[in-house]
Amino acid sequence: MKSVVEASEAVALAVKLARVKVCPMYPITPSTHIPERIADYIFDGEMDAEMIHVESEHSAASALIGSILSGARSFTATSSNGFALMYEILPILSGMRLPAVMAVANRTLAAPINIWNDHSDAVSARDQGWIQLYAESSQECVDTMIQCYKIAEDKKVSLPAMMCLDGFTLTHVFENVDVPEQAQVDKFLPAFTREDTLDVNNPKTFGPIGFPDSFMGFKKQQQDAMTAALDVIKKANSYYKKQIGRGYGDGLVELTDMGDAEYAILGMGTLCGTAKAKAEELRAKGKKVGVIRLRSFRPFPVKELQAAVKNLKGLAVLDRHISLGSNGPLFTEISAITPELKLFGYIAGLGGKDITLKHIESVFTDLEKGKQSREWLM
Amino acid sequence: MTKVQRKETVGDIKAQQIELNLGAVIKKPGSSMDYHTGSWRTFRPVIIQEKCIKCSTCWRVCPDAAIFVDKKGRYNVNYDYCKGCLTCVKECPVDAINKELEEK
Amino acid sequence: MPLREIRFHGRGGQGAVTSSQVLAIAAFHDGKYTQAFPNFGVERTGAPVESYTRISENPINVRQHVYTPDYAIVLDPSLMANIDVAKGVGKDGMILVNSNKSPKELGLEKFNAKTIDITEVALKVIGKPFVNIAALGAFAAMSEEVSLGALNKAIEEKFAAKGRVSDLNKEACKILFEKAKEVKG
Repeated sequence: MKSVVEASEAVALAVKLARVKVCPMYPITPSTHIPERIADYIFDGEMDAEMIHVESEHSAASALIGSILSGARSFTATSSNGFALMYEILPILSGMRLPAVMAVANRTLAAPINIWNDHSDAVSARDQGWIQLYAESSQECVDTMIQCYKIAEDKKVSLPAMMCLDGFTLTHVFENVDVPEQAQVDKFLPAFTREDTLDVNNPKTFGPIGFPDSFMGFKKQQQDAMTAALDVIKKANSYYKKQIGRGYGDGLVELTDMGDAEYAILGMGTLCGTAKAKAEELRAKGKKVGVIRLRSFRPFPVKELQAAVKNLKGLAVLDRHISLGSNGPLFTEISAITPELKLFGYIAGLGGKDITLKHIESVFTDLEKGKQSREWLM
Repeated sequence: MTKVQRKETVGDIKAQQIELNLGAVIKKPGSSMDYHTGSWRTFRPVIIQEKCIKCSTCWRVCPDAAIFVDKKGRYNVNYDYCKGCLTCVKECPVDAINKELEEK
Repeated sequence: MPLREIRFHGRGGQGAVTSSQVLAIAAFHDGKYTQAFPNFGVERTGAPVESYTRISENPINVRQHVYTPDYAIVLDPSLMANIDVAKGVGKDGMILVNSNKSPKELGLEKFNAKTIDITEVALKVIGKPFVNIAALGAFAAMSEEVSLGALNKAIEEKFAAKGRVSDLNKEACKILFEKAKEVKG
């Protein structure tokens, strides 16, 4: 059904449509509207689920372990320092191969204390074995949330997944959303089943010690699962498109105006929307520019990105995070896979700094001139 | 499921096949029963049945659950699992448990 | 129709954010693409608040704040002492102020500014100075960017759980719609 909803509500609607059974939640700005809406659905009897009012984000993530081990499809949401408090449990969920799904309303990490958007929280957890998909619109939030369960629970993957949406810049935006019907989602996403569950009649040991002779074997399995996830994400995207009618590029990377593009901007999340708007305007003036939106940051789609930049004369990478003492993490990773390409890295939109059409235009100008005028879009 | 061969023998862990189950789940319950830690002892606790008042203190304090009550109601030590920590010796209210040097 | 941008000025608690949302829902019922969002601040009652709506015939990609609005709607004229409500409003833009004074008295004679006493109507119809939704009736008539029918539908949807609030706001909207047509001339 088409309507105008807030992106946070779009996430909550997707959680309801996915027939999630357990939601351990702890509120933090700007993710709070998500648990609020879910609480409404449960209270109104529209959603048959248990919301656990935990005492911290660390507990929320810990409760996910128990709920998934007992066979329940589970969900939580957080932001920023709340996400940081979960950190200890993130690699445990992925190491135990539990397909938790979390919405991260991206917000920077204090200090100075700041409630606004950048990707510091999620990107700094890139090595913890979670799939990370970044959404650009409220519509994509609904679609991607549902796909996250499909991907995470795939037997070839069995890994937790986070869907990242820009705090405020997306979470608090009302826009047109086409919410799929329950029957469509049920067909796309079958009920969650698990072979190993907490069962008093069939006891098993979960979370045992991994000695040095087996530990690397387990890590290799996780890496293989991440590699397998590349294909599973693509298939989830195309299957969703076939069933429900919407897709986002090949699921990993979304290309806009890239056919004959000479210069392009690469980024994640909402900044790509502004970049698309500027690219469209410049295209009308005859400039051959395009936008590459990385939807899947983990797993990192090397082949797809290399193919996307193959014919470019120059590429600008916009990082909404900085690895202090190094560079924008996205820039570093793109540099490693495109040794021949002229590449500019920009730090942009930290702590809610608006990324404007003017910023984007200055980046395209830099690319055309072949000279980077500045590294920080302030 | 892939398996790795454990090559060295560490303590009582004998060379064995370790199953790399998804998420390191151990599917067979109670597998630690096969792991005898009795050889770790320097001293062994010995219960003197004549002095024992059957207060169950040793049974409660044993960190390895290595004290058991036999059919006649007597308290005994399971030397397959007792690591020789001697907590029971220290806690026994009537000094009914002796420590003896383990003979290898 | 190109992309339209509307900026609402109000104080925390006056409902400027709700105005932008209801306008977005109304635009949706007119078959448009739309986007509504607050100026992402910390919410405090009485503090100056800005909220935005975008309306377009095509999907809206741009995500930057609104810097050059086509319309600025001022719910509370007392804001004008500290806030430049005309900021970024171009030659073709319009400023709509809730006031019983003339644009000249408010120092807006250089702009395409219109004033209309929304508070008076709100007090008469709703019984309280709730101007945020009523203002949309005046805006609809002045701008012709949204239909009164769509606005009514949006109000019903937004206040579905509060039937009386919905009815009173629709009534105030209708009165202001007619009044604004006269002001517009």
